[in-house]
Amino acid sequence: MNWFRYASPVEFYPLAGRMVPWFAVAAALSTVVGLYWGFFQTPDILSQQKEYYRIIFVHVPAAWMSMWLYLVLVGWAVLGLIYNTRLSFMMAAAVAPTGALFTGIALLTGVLWGKTSWGTWWDWDPRLTSELILFFIYAGYMALQSAIEDSYRADRASALLAIVGLFCIPLIYWSINCPDPTQCAALHARSSMSAIETNILAAMWTMVFAFWMYSFAVIFVRVRNIILERERNSTWVSRLIGGGPS
Amino acid sequence: MIAEFFSMGGFGFYIWTSFGLTFLLMLAEVLYLRQQRRTNLKRIQRIRKMNAGSDS
Repeated sequence: MNWFRYASPVEFYPLAGRMVPWFAVAAALSTVVGLYWGFFQTPDILSQQKEYYRIIFVHVPAAWMSMWLYLVLVGWAVLGLIYNTRLSFMMAAAVAPTGALFTGIALLTGVLWGKTSWGTWWDWDPRLTSELILFFIYAGYMALQSAIEDSYRADRASALLAIVGLFCIPLIYWSINCPDPTQCAALHARSSMSAIETNILAAMWTMVFAFWMYSFAVIFVRVRNIILERERNSTWVSRLIGGGPS
Repeated sequence: MIAEFFSMGGFGFYIWTSFGLTFLLMLAEVLYLRQQRRTNLKRIQRIRKMNAGSDS
């Protein structure tokens, strides 16, 4: 199978369209399973944290997605810069809003958890601050992308910005797992999978899977929108849309 | 028993707001993408008609 065939928007557009329903169904099913598991098969208390710990079933997957999607974005941006492919930049642009959305969800649910757990909505601790910076980097990427009229230049300028913004990801990671814990604020405990009850972990991973499936679905829909938008004057788009929506 | 479930040991407000916000934001993204697609398709149809008109 020649994967490079799909590097062309003409080839990728229908392929992405065929995959969207599968990802959507997988997202819906795994959300139902994850929520059932998270609410009915888990204990009411996680270490000293009472029922409110259940916020992790959306908070942790969203926070992870915010970081992983940023890596995906940068990956596509770098591929675009190296191989000069239109589709790579379109993928990078399609990932950004969903990444920003998950960053927003992580921050909002974190605020609600913070109020119950620490008694405060917000605190300028390293992890909260670095996650907020990530949100601004996503916003900056999208703003730069849309501010430059010429898509050729917009793609390259925003790709560079995305690469510069990469510093934020290890910063978020090390804000907890830093080599010297006394140097870190103690609001988030050091992350350790073994400290968490198996059912809680299983529900959390199911939600992570659900959020990945959701991301694939919406990113493919968005990349199709971007392809149509950018190639609207081409004959292939004209022929495709003329033959009924697909 | 149902009331007990929704109260979540008194933390119901925080938990349901978290889950509610998450799914509302996701739903908003999906609806926005659908709207964007419709607008795109209409625009392309217009371009197509314009081109067809100039050809004949």
